[in-house]
Amino acid sequence: MAIAPSDIAKLAHLARIAVPESEVDQVTQRISDVLDLVDQLQAADTEGVQPMAHPLDATQRLRADQVTETNQRDEFQAIAPATEDGLYLVPRVIE
Amino acid sequence: MHQQTIAQLVQGLQSKAFSSVELTRHYLERIKRLDGTYNSYITVTEERALAQAAEADKRLAQADAPALCGVPIAHKDIFCTHGVRTSCGSKMLDNFIAPYNATIVENLQAAGAVMLGKTNMDEFAMGSSNETSYYGPVKNPWATDSVPGGSSGGSAASVAAHLAAGATASDTGGSIRQPAALCGLTGLKPTYGRVSRWGMIAFASSLDQAGTLTRTAEDSALMLNAMASFDPKDSTCVDQPLEDYRAQLDQSVKGLTIGIPDEYFGEGLNPETAAAVEAAIKTYESLGATIKRISLPHSNLAVAAYYVIAPAECSANLSRFDGARYGYRCENPKDLHDLYERSRSEGFGEEVKRRILVGTYALSAGYYDAYYNKAQQVRRLIKQDFVQAFEEVDVILGPTSPSPAFAFGAKTQDPVSMYLEDIFTIPTNLAGLPGVSIPCGLVGGKPVGMQLIGNYFAEGQLLNVAHQFQVATDFHQQAAPGIE
Repeated sequence: MAIAPSDIAKLAHLARIAVPESEVDQVTQRISDVLDLVDQLQAADTEGVQPMAHPLDATQRLRADQVTETNQRDEFQAIAPATEDGLYLVPRVIE
Repeated sequence: MHQQTIAQLVQGLQSKAFSSVELTRHYLERIKRLDGTYNSYITVTEERALAQAAEADKRLAQADAPALCGVPIAHKDIFCTHGVRTSCGSKMLDNFIAPYNATIVENLQAAGAVMLGKTNMDEFAMGSSNETSYYGPVKNPWATDSVPGGSSGGSAASVAAHLAAGATASDTGGSIRQPAALCGLTGLKPTYGRVSRWGMIAFASSLDQAGTLTRTAEDSALMLNAMASFDPKDSTCVDQPLEDYRAQLDQSVKGLTIGIPDEYFGEGLNPETAAAVEAAIKTYESLGATIKRISLPHSNLAVAAYYVIAPAECSANLSRFDGARYGYRCENPKDLHDLYERSRSEGFGEEVKRRILVGTYALSAGYYDAYYNKAQQVRRLIKQDFVQAFEEVDVILGPTSPSPAFAFGAKTQDPVSMYLEDIFTIPTNLAGLPGVSIPCGLVGGKPVGMQLIGNYFAEGQLLNVAHQFQVATDFHQQAAPGIE
């Protein structure tokens, strides 16, 4: 499946990654190469094959609804870029 | 001391031939003197290592020393280590001091192992040459103009240059076994779910598995004994009884059936690498094993399936790096979108961004069935090939990597050529099976590895088969030139 330079802008937005104008052609080319590689899959006959999510087909384990974690907010916030009064600071979202 | 295996060091420590503090100081001195050449460590934790060693010596003096008491090892920088920078080879986490220990770090600490430091790696474990690390490439101790393999290149180089007795590593598509092959080591990737992933920074969650890089299969068994556990904190960990992985080592391989898949000896395999693996097959024959040609007919689809599944899971996992709670944050973000976009664009390297974009594409509206779903179906076909093969054979043997270590820059301009490095290791990850790479020769002075693949949870048998080869041969005892 071919990918166009205009698709890259959409993907970059979805992934929250900026692709500078000067790099769009090269990024398009290299991602197209990867997609050419994975297009080999289309030749496989997978009629009726169940997709495999876990190698041992394990299902989600359940546990009792009990508190197991202690509050470590101070330790977690010590490595945050910006905090105030126990809150994480980001640029203003609502004016 | 640094020439000894973990098994020998355990003997030496327990018989008081040397103390853990002496041994640890010796390794730290070697790292200081030699690692400028190899760049195998990102962080050396000298103070902590000496404190742990002193603690180990106390326990050795009493009679309750655990299995690895006092043995100096290194951790791949993908494993969270409480209070120590855990960078994952990325600028994104250059300032990340982990607030907790990975389960395997806890397990090895409980077994008495001493942590020397954190090893270099491809950024977020994405790469097969260690060239994508934010901290610069690692050099292969066998040939410093060549790559050590990746992504666990630092772990491999540190053990091959005798700067650690053993190292932890992780393997999503070959990241333990391929560096083991390129650096002349024993590299074990256990069954998916055998070792906890808790505290191992996630790349592709349905494929990632922690394992070991060591000099011998016996050392792998010793480390796996300490690492393996059922961990309720990892929801994909499998509750399977633990065994002593050393127990079967001495069994003969007489009567064992080894399968040789035709698909692993085709186009793209270096003829001299093939010859070294063929010679290893002959060795097993002479030890009494039965050799049987087999077919794994969907092998040719493995790389394609992997490069959908791994980028898709990577794009989801790496969405957590947003510049808000930890890790890299851009300067002066003008709004929230700018904060996300610039923190991620500046914090991630080229290969990581490429995989996030590929994964975003594969998961985007309208493409899910054609890519992710299709790849997961092919994944089952690949698993079924192995399940059928294991009805006829006990283990499967083939090359680990298509050729020996290549020069820096040889594959960086063509990502697809780099991806094909893992053509023989990826199927094992897709199926979730255990695999071990062991050295079986030299080509042009560089090591060649062969890969043994076992059935689910057959690590004990796999290490037995690897160990018996190492009893009969001395490839694993050869050190890189210049490494005394």
